[in-house]
Amino acid sequence: MALNPRYLRCLPALAAAAALCMPALDAHAETGKLRLTGGVSSIDGAAGGGLTPWGVIGTQATAGQWGASAFVTQANTPGYQLQDSGVALAWNERLELSFARQRFDTRANGAAVGLPGLVLQQDIVGVKWRVAGDAVLDSDLWMPSVAVGLQAKQLDAGGLAPTLAALGARRSGTDVYVSATKLFLAQGIVVNGTLRATQANQNGLLGFGGTAHRAYSLQPEASLAWLLHRTLAVGVEYRAKPDNLNPSLLGAGLKEDDWTDAFIAWAPTKHVSLTAAWVDLGRIVPAVDQRRQRGGYLSLQLAY
Amino acid sequence: MTKPHPYRSTRTALCAALCLALAGPLAAQTTAAPAAATPRPQLVPVFAPDAALLAAFGGVPGITRLTADFADRLRADARIGHYFEKTKLPLFKQQLADQFCQVLAGPCVYDGDTMKAAHADLKINRADSLALVEVLQTAMDQQGIAFTAQNQLLARLAPMTREIITR
Repeated sequence: MALNPRYLRCLPALAAAAALCMPALDAHAETGKLRLTGGVSSIDGAAGGGLTPWGVIGTQATAGQWGASAFVTQANTPGYQLQDSGVALAWNERLELSFARQRFDTRANGAAVGLPGLVLQQDIVGVKWRVAGDAVLDSDLWMPSVAVGLQAKQLDAGGLAPTLAALGARRSGTDVYVSATKLFLAQGIVVNGTLRATQANQNGLLGFGGTAHRAYSLQPEASLAWLLHRTLAVGVEYRAKPDNLNPSLLGAGLKEDDWTDAFIAWAPTKHVSLTAAWVDLGRIVPAVDQRRQRGGYLSLQLAY
Repeated sequence: MTKPHPYRSTRTALCAALCLALAGPLAAQTTAAPAAATPRPQLVPVFAPDAALLAAFGGVPGITRLTADFADRLRADARIGHYFEKTKLPLFKQQLADQFCQVLAGPCVYDGDTMKAAHADLKINRADSLALVEVLQTAMDQQGIAFTAQNQLLARLAPMTREIITR
């Protein structure tokens, strides 16, 4: 999977941002979290796994510190390509603010519905507050690290907007979630569970709700990670999703499936992590593309 | 960042060392065998002997090498080394070795202060604690101790953090 050149253009900016942070770090030595304990950047921008937020706060900031992170992610499946980038700010291992911009390129499938070059773009503003627990320092207690969060999503569906309107899907929506993360230190295992209240269709890329389903539904998400080394973790994730557009005007043609992935995350330094994953996004608009959308996922995060 | 604290006695420095400190008397009461005649609180929680775990640390000689290196690294650390500026290193290393050895159910007895008493004046925070864990991980890597064994020691030391974080 090759990174889109557009992303490579982002890298100098990220590197420059990183360089700007360096003098401050040198001034009071390197502090912060243990590697990977702030998770990586999820596709919605919050710290967590790849597909789901965790109950921990991202960046390298711990007690009394501010931190920042930035990420670029790309996922390629047979019919689609997701490009995703964003930033996060965190304070005191308590508060996390995040922004992510998703570009979902429909490639040949857009042309198949008469919308060649169709790109769905979604902006996500997130806020997360850790309400209790400490996954690392209190790992001997049963209390997990628990956080609550909001994700306000705004979709620009381009030429697909009239179709989504006809389906009764709105262009903006807000997810509310609670996540709990538990580290079993002696075993080197991290478990996260998230419960999300959402109206989003395909995470919001196909709008929010539909004519037949307007209500919020509660969707469970889970991650299981195994720490192989201080710098290396492998794991699997599952994210349940609503199916608001099934049935629709297109019958079952907009049916959506739950998401899963298997990942490996590597943090060569405290400030860099690379995550590679195999993702299964199920069917996406099977009226046009019957294939399960399985493919590669690559994400780079810088964190201070 | 923490600023150097005025207290610089050996006792306070010792504490700083163990972010991961020894369990206090309270923990000891629940985990120690009911030895009614014990005149002082149990300083280290009791764990069942685990020969494989002790061996993973190279036995008592391995633990002694580890804690000696750990203590040197703590003093040299840019983030938390200031806590150890006045530490009497030979005594500190011995106490660390006794403590780690006892936590690993080895044939040693730690007889220093409780972790709570030892760290009470230091105003240690979470960042300090995480820095200490990181230094310990580096020292364990240096000794070639397996990652899984490292995590078992860290898990046994983890309850001590609450004894020493005071801000």
